[in-house]
Amino acid sequence: METSNIIFYIFGAITVLSTLYIVLTKNILYAAFALILTFIGVAGIFIFLGAEFIAVTQILVYVGGILILLVFGIMLTNRLSEKKVVSPSYNKLFGFVIAGGLFVLLIKGILQANFSALGWINQETSSPSGIREFGMTLMTDYVLAFEIIGLLLLLALIGAVRIAGNTRKEAEDAI
Amino acid sequence: MPFDYLLFLGAFLFCAGLFVVVTRKNAIMVLIGIELMLNAANINLIAFSSYDPVALQGQIFSIFIITVAAAEAAVGLSIIVKVYQHFKTADLDKINELKG
Amino acid sequence: MYAFLFFLTFFLIYMVFVVYAERKISAFIQDRFGPMEVGYYGILQTIADLLKLVQKEDIVPLAADKKLFKPGPVIIFTSVFAGFAVLPLTSDFGGAAADIGIFYLLAIVSLDVIGILMSGWGSNSKYALFGAMRSVAQIISYEIPLGLMVVCVVMISQTLNLQEISYQQGIWWNTVNSGAENYLFGIKALGINTTNIGGILTWNIFRAPIFLIGFVIFFIASLAESNRGPFDIPEAESELVGGFHTEYSGLRWSFVMMGEYGMMLLVSFLAAILFLGGWNTPLPNIGSVVLAEWTSGEPGTIAGHIWGAFWMISKAFLLVGLQIWIRWTYPRLRLDQLMNLSWKYLTPASIILVLLSAIWRLFMI
Repeated sequence: METSNIIFYIFGAITVLSTLYIVLTKNILYAAFALILTFIGVAGIFIFLGAEFIAVTQILVYVGGILILLVFGIMLTNRLSEKKVVSPSYNKLFGFVIAGGLFVLLIKGILQANFSALGWINQETSSPSGIREFGMTLMTDYVLAFEIIGLLLLLALIGAVRIAGNTRKEAEDAI
Repeated sequence: MPFDYLLFLGAFLFCAGLFVVVTRKNAIMVLIGIELMLNAANINLIAFSSYDPVALQGQIFSIFIITVAAAEAAVGLSIIVKVYQHFKTADLDKINELKG
Repeated sequence: MYAFLFFLTFFLIYMVFVVYAERKISAFIQDRFGPMEVGYYGILQTIADLLKLVQKEDIVPLAADKKLFKPGPVIIFTSVFAGFAVLPLTSDFGGAAADIGIFYLLAIVSLDVIGILMSGWGSNSKYALFGAMRSVAQIISYEIPLGLMVVCVVMISQTLNLQEISYQQGIWWNTVNSGAENYLFGIKALGINTTNIGGILTWNIFRAPIFLIGFVIFFIASLAESNRGPFDIPEAESELVGGFHTEYSGLRWSFVMMGEYGMMLLVSFLAAILFLGGWNTPLPNIGSVVLAEWTSGEPGTIAGHIWGAFWMISKAFLLVGLQIWIRWTYPRLRLDQLMNLSWKYLTPASIILVLLSAIWRLFMI
């Protein structure tokens, strides 16, 4: 086995195990911190697939941004106490049937589709994964989508501030 | 590495996310589940993109997914915090004022 | 691999001396002696402290969440140390010359927030929790001006590779990229070619003089990033005992401290690379007096390594010294002042700088 394959399997194992932990644990905070491991594992797989930029963006945005938000959300919606922050799962059987059924379905679909046999998958690719090409593509072919996504972020920012902040003024408005 | 394994991983992450969303009642856990599902989509996109000889469409699309996930988390969490201030709970099943 | 070993030993030696330097400089500023007992002028004081720390009991509070409390400091230290993986130390030696170097560095350093949150919440103490929340709020706020300043530099140098950014700021740029030219202040229309003059004239703060402001913003933001005074609200001793590391003792506490001092060194290296020419010499070639060539060796040669490491490390240490100086001269900011500074002054200023450096880039081509 090649080294790169071993690395791939390690990152895959990190992802799978931490995801399983998220599914099984009752503690929300542990789940949030296990999510970090999932994200890092996924980022490792991205690097392995030659998408370094996406991998680093993944770490920067998910771990540095979304996860902090999640943990802050947990801390703001729970009081510091002796008890741990737990959220048990309900309808386990029902959920398991849905998720497991979908999983079996997807696996069957993937196996039947047999992507590995597709012509363009096995092509010798000289994929332009360099950051320069990536930037050029983003700023030329996809510039409209890029701008729109920027606008979306701005809107989300304003919306989030509007919703979460300024409690006092809203109370006045209500009166 | 066999290409299928990547797709299996994506499928597994998606189903785990779905399981979390369905079975948990805490709003933040639901958000975590959604993030897992978005990540699963990203894995598939990048996996196909790495075999794409022409362009970087998959990678660019996944950038958009990541951005949308960030926006969604920000707005979602601000709503959750607001809901918690109002109802003193983040349990989605207890927020049922409209339930007659 | 060599870079890893080098940075690890370098880091540990640096730790011993920076703590001593901090105590001595603070003593000097406050007109007292500082450590004097252990060794000549107390120079072995830190080693004695280290021995003490290693022997101390590793106290874990009964009510603490052990799964979060224990790994917290390790994550802080690891994420900071992982940042060293892409730093170029000399023209031919250093960490991975990754194409996404600076981007990776910003991402991996943001991981230390996770460690802070883990230790803050895991301690199950109000001081630790408040400290962690303040610290995270502060780090995230100041990451924006910091990141925008990095964007400015990237726009001017057109690369994310730290080694390439360093090459651009000296006389050896031609050896890796023939045909590359630097002009005075980066303005091609002036027609003064500084490619072979080098020295301070090709540093980024001179290649694009708007970076003089940029450097100041970067420096302020980096102070806040490493939780140093005057931005040490997260561990404000008078209010919060010790912030997020209140409950730690022994080796784990020293990991937290190593994280803090490591962050100082990392951001200093980064400032040196981004703005102050990296491993390039500050002395320019003046006519036949080729100071720049005398004080730096050709890339790849032994002289190149020694001079490069010398300039790089002395620039970084100068900035670390500046950080210590500032910590002991300025009073601590209040929390609202801190947030005001970041959101109302630094962030708008750095957004304007991003615009200006885009315009400056047009002058350069």
